[in-house]
Amino acid sequence: MSMNRRTVVKAIAAGGALMGLGALMPRVALAAWNKDAFSAEKQDAAMNALYGSAASESADVVLNAPDIAENGAVVPVTVSTKLANVESLAIFIEKNPNPLAAEFMVPAGTDAEVSTRVRIGQTSNVTAVVKAGGKTLSATKEVKVTIGGCGG
Amino acid sequence: MSMFRVKAKAAGGKTNVKMMAKHEMETGRRKDKSGQLIPAQFLQTVVVKHAGNVVFEANLGTAISKNPYLGFSFAGGAKGDALEVSWTENTGKSGTDSADIR
Repeated sequence: MSMNRRTVVKAIAAGGALMGLGALMPRVALAAWNKDAFSAEKQDAAMNALYGSAASESADVVLNAPDIAENGAVVPVTVSTKLANVESLAIFIEKNPNPLAAEFMVPAGTDAEVSTRVRIGQTSNVTAVVKAGGKTLSATKEVKVTIGGCGG
Repeated sequence: MSMFRVKAKAAGGKTNVKMMAKHEMETGRRKDKSGQLIPAQFLQTVVVKHAGNVVFEANLGTAISKNPYLGFSFAGGAKGDALEVSWTENTGKSGTDSADIR
């Protein structure tokens, strides 16, 4: 078969059949790149677009980011949690032009721990969100930036 | 040339994957020397498969640093197994790389 899973998903979405199938396969529907969430300019709006609600603070979500980032263009961030049934992880940077930085899907068998590197334009709160067992939980940390990540 | 450099190591029943793409992750907000906006060009989705199963999936925005790095681990995987990394750009460009677990 020449089509991969993503093309199949796209084809379904394009055909408008997503509404019915979405109920049957929520995981598949979740996996598409969420344009509304990624282009939202406010963190609340981005979170709503991605998860349909705001996340509540939880000590179960672990966000590893530096206190001070010397170079905002490359800030290492790790999100992890010991919670069970984790579906996805996301990173938001409140003061960025588009707060949603990334969303990671965690299939069963994959550890709920993801590392990446993000751009932070100016000193900002960084929020990690974990969706586990239908709940959205978050942890927030302020990262001070001395050189911005969005300058040319 | 492949987009991703993948380092995958199997240990203790798990495979630890560290991968990095060679990509500018152009945000669409920068201007070139003549003051023209440089159009956005960034990696949007990355899907990693092992033995036909999706083990990791990422949707990325422009806030991801240039030369994006992704690190994660999944259960299973053995030395010599192949990983398949598929990616798409916001421009519609896409590709697939493969790497062996070491």
